[in-house]
Amino acid sequence: MYKITINGRQASFDQAISILDAAKKMGIKIPTLCYHPDLKVKGNCRVCIVEVEGLQPLQAACLTKISDGMVIHTNNKRVRENRRLILELILANHDQTCTTCHSNGVCELQRLTEELNIKANRYDQVLEEEPIMYGNPSIVRDMNKCIKCGRCIQACNDIQEVGAIYNIGRSFEMRMGPAYDFDLSQVKCTYCGQCINVCPVGAIYEKDDIVHVLNAIEDESKHVIAQIAPSIRVSLGEMFGLAPGENVASKLPTLLRNMGFDAVFDTDFTADLTILEEGIEFLDRLENGGVLPMLTSCSPGWINYIEQFYPDLIDHLSTCKSPQQMFGALAKTYYADKIHQAPKDLVVVSFMPCTAKKFEAQRPEMGRNGLPDVDYVLTTRELGNMIKMQGYDLDHIEASDFDAPFGITTGAGLIFGASGGVMEAALRSVYEIVTGQALKEINFTQVRGLTGVKEATIDVGDIQVKVAVTNSLTNAKMILDKIRNKEADYHFVEVMCCPGGCIGGGGQPRPTNNAIRIERIKGIYSAEEKMTLRKSHENPAVKALYEEFLEKPNSDLAHKLLHTHYKNRQK
Amino acid sequence: MTNLLFERPGKLLSFKDYEQADGFKTLKCVLDKKPQDLIDEIKKAKLLGRGGAGFPVGLKMQFVADESSDIKYIICNADEGEPGTFKDRELLRRNPLKVIEAMIIAAYAIGASKGYLYVRGEYTNIKDHIEAGIKEARQKNYLGPNIMGTGFSFDLEYRSGVGAYICGEETALIESIEGRAGDPRQKPPYTAQKGLFNKPTLVHNVETLVNLLPIMQLGAATYTTYGTEASTGTKLFSVSGFVKNKGVFEVAFGLKLSDLIKNQCQTLEAYDTIKFIQVGGSSGVVLPRDLFDIQLSYEAFKAIGANLGSGAIFVADESICILDFLKATANFFRHESCGKCTPCREGNRHISMILDKISQGQGTDKDLGLLKSTCEVMKSASFCGLGQTAPTAILSVIKYFKDELQAHIGGQCYTGACSMKGGDLHV
Repeated sequence: MYKITINGRQASFDQAISILDAAKKMGIKIPTLCYHPDLKVKGNCRVCIVEVEGLQPLQAACLTKISDGMVIHTNNKRVRENRRLILELILANHDQTCTTCHSNGVCELQRLTEELNIKANRYDQVLEEEPIMYGNPSIVRDMNKCIKCGRCIQACNDIQEVGAIYNIGRSFEMRMGPAYDFDLSQVKCTYCGQCINVCPVGAIYEKDDIVHVLNAIEDESKHVIAQIAPSIRVSLGEMFGLAPGENVASKLPTLLRNMGFDAVFDTDFTADLTILEEGIEFLDRLENGGVLPMLTSCSPGWINYIEQFYPDLIDHLSTCKSPQQMFGALAKTYYADKIHQAPKDLVVVSFMPCTAKKFEAQRPEMGRNGLPDVDYVLTTRELGNMIKMQGYDLDHIEASDFDAPFGITTGAGLIFGASGGVMEAALRSVYEIVTGQALKEINFTQVRGLTGVKEATIDVGDIQVKVAVTNSLTNAKMILDKIRNKEADYHFVEVMCCPGGCIGGGGQPRPTNNAIRIERIKGIYSAEEKMTLRKSHENPAVKALYEEFLEKPNSDLAHKLLHTHYKNRQK
Repeated sequence: MTNLLFERPGKLLSFKDYEQADGFKTLKCVLDKKPQDLIDEIKKAKLLGRGGAGFPVGLKMQFVADESSDIKYIICNADEGEPGTFKDRELLRRNPLKVIEAMIIAAYAIGASKGYLYVRGEYTNIKDHIEAGIKEARQKNYLGPNIMGTGFSFDLEYRSGVGAYICGEETALIESIEGRAGDPRQKPPYTAQKGLFNKPTLVHNVETLVNLLPIMQLGAATYTTYGTEASTGTKLFSVSGFVKNKGVFEVAFGLKLSDLIKNQCQTLEAYDTIKFIQVGGSSGVVLPRDLFDIQLSYEAFKAIGANLGSGAIFVADESICILDFLKATANFFRHESCGKCTPCREGNRHISMILDKISQGQGTDKDLGLLKSTCEVMKSASFCGLGQTAPTAILSVIKYFKDELQAHIGGQCYTGACSMKGGDLHV
């Protein structure tokens, strides 16, 4: 037992937890800044310092474990004065143009300064202004805002093992960024945006494309359509005060139509289509000795990763485009024909949980006749901001349905938004297509959730299909190493770049952490359970699309429009 | 001058010379003993770490010895970055074989099979000399598998620092060996449990390790007759500044600082013009004249709230402006902070700025207050020893030389080194 005293109050704990955790359990709040619940504690900012009797230096509460008999003061005069000095030191080197900051209102430094009642700074401003870096289509870095907490480094190195950014230089010249102060586009960055999710201030954010979309809407000659990714319906609400996981899908069609979109579709539709294309591709590989295990290809951060780090394994990737890009390709061909619009006057806007999608949409192979299939990609955060700036919110918005044909969807498409969803959807369809029998249990719960690597074996006809599901690039790396060393006996592997899948994407509302991810996952599956259609191959609009246009999965036309190729992008 | 550790300066000893002068004889003797006996003897000798912190050496070795692990490491910290400190360089230059022998003994005591000799990057001129020693020791089977048929295997590798002061901090040094930026790690876990490559690791300063030789040769009982009750043995002091006789001096603990400066360093009549002495390097305390008689021992310095540190002694006469001196110190730390934690990364630069402001005749009492607060927050809240000790000199100047700082605020620099109120008002 560890008996401790904090601020005169006593408590006992049976484990040597950190002072921070112990205080939390006792209802005592110790302010933090570099601390993040999903990252290893590092003790960089020193905001959480406390006084421990018997120890001369103040201790970082996040790092220091309790010991029996410890007497702790979290907020006495010495602690208060030093904590205040630390905050003032940070602020003296921080661009305090809060009103125009990307994190205005969600900034942890702003909130902390308010909570500690800091109204003036004794230190002179020492910020040496540097240009904001806009060198790539996805991620903007503004080092004038950076407070050097080190969370982005951890996201990039520990969660993703990408290592695009690290701390460079030392002392007050220490900064977070790619080696030699390169732009992210010059190093192996996947644009996953996990660094954005953990940044406590506004130093990293997505490239803002809202204004392009508004201009397109206001251009009378343009027919502007929207596609909504599965995961954002359970996270967007957070920007309007709703709980994580609350499903706002039914409001989005009305809202976006009110904002001037000509049609509002659902990416769940092309998720369903992906299952048929990818499922048939998988069966073909299985029966005809193709490269196995087959790896899913819907996560563009993941594609960026394998192309840059494991180009020798790109043959394992499914040739299917991501649902976003399948949507774009169909919109500019099938749909444009249907509504008699010239593709050049059709503007496709995606609302995605993802910063890598911005890069994906700009890849030269993702278009035809010089036009991109997807014109603009906005993250969940940008969607929330756009709704606000156009004077809307989520209250008093009537529910309505997505438009036909790309608004007719199944639960299988919806669960693409969470790690395991693609695999679960694929198994539902592959099983029934191969066996011709209805699945008894369509919930594959063993592949759901935040666990890094999930495995399952399913009898599909005569074949025992062994699958794996993984999320975050650290876990993907593990699987890739196994494949490279010929130690992987999987047939089919789902890989999602971000922890928890798209619900944890780099474009999701801040904060995004594991506790919030879990709520969003619940939101996805509970919405899915209520749906009548839950198998992609039963989607009537998908069936119609094949009958009218594509003929059959993996047909020549399907290949031309819905499949792609990858290249070695090692730098 | 007492001489337990030091070779007389002169020509470099060859391997053969060292063997003929009973070199590696101590090693041969101790390899017959039980490792625990060695540690017990070191404990009895009450040896304290010479790198700066003064931690009991026997205890530290016991911690590592008590760990069970497939591999343990020993690191000899020869990064010696503390300004004004050059004793380890002299030890290594005069006889690297002694350091190698001591490392092997320590490795045997704790059960380490691999060692690293981490040498300050700037010491390029002794690199070949040391590496030749390692190579020859390996040829003679003092290093390598099954050393002299005893069944004990140990080898060591030379690693060069690349110029960062922070890498003298043991966990930053470990990060550096592992191939990362030299940022300090959180302790606990201590290096004894999880050090290099997360294995139990003993990190000792060069001088600390060399002390194992006289302890093994003389035995703890004789060894402890040198020095004071609490600070046993001898200490190497690197003396620089306004003294006639500069260099490294080996003295038994207990000598008065004034004796060392007056007699051994031969300041003689110039002694009366000495203004202050900084002990322990740039991170050390600045002593005024009335403390010059302080005893050179861990306990005497502890009593005044200071630390002997690495044993660097810098002597300054009245021509040195205390503020000018602090500016140099502050600039050093401003350059050397790793940047990991807020107080050290940001604090050092503000300290430099405030000192500059005062020396330009634009300082106020408020600035002096903020200077002190900044020093306090660095001392209290920095992540590692660098930031915690960086303001030591300034805090002691505020304590012992407040008048001179105050005079600067009033527009007066005693030495004329500072540009006061437009630059002409020199007194």
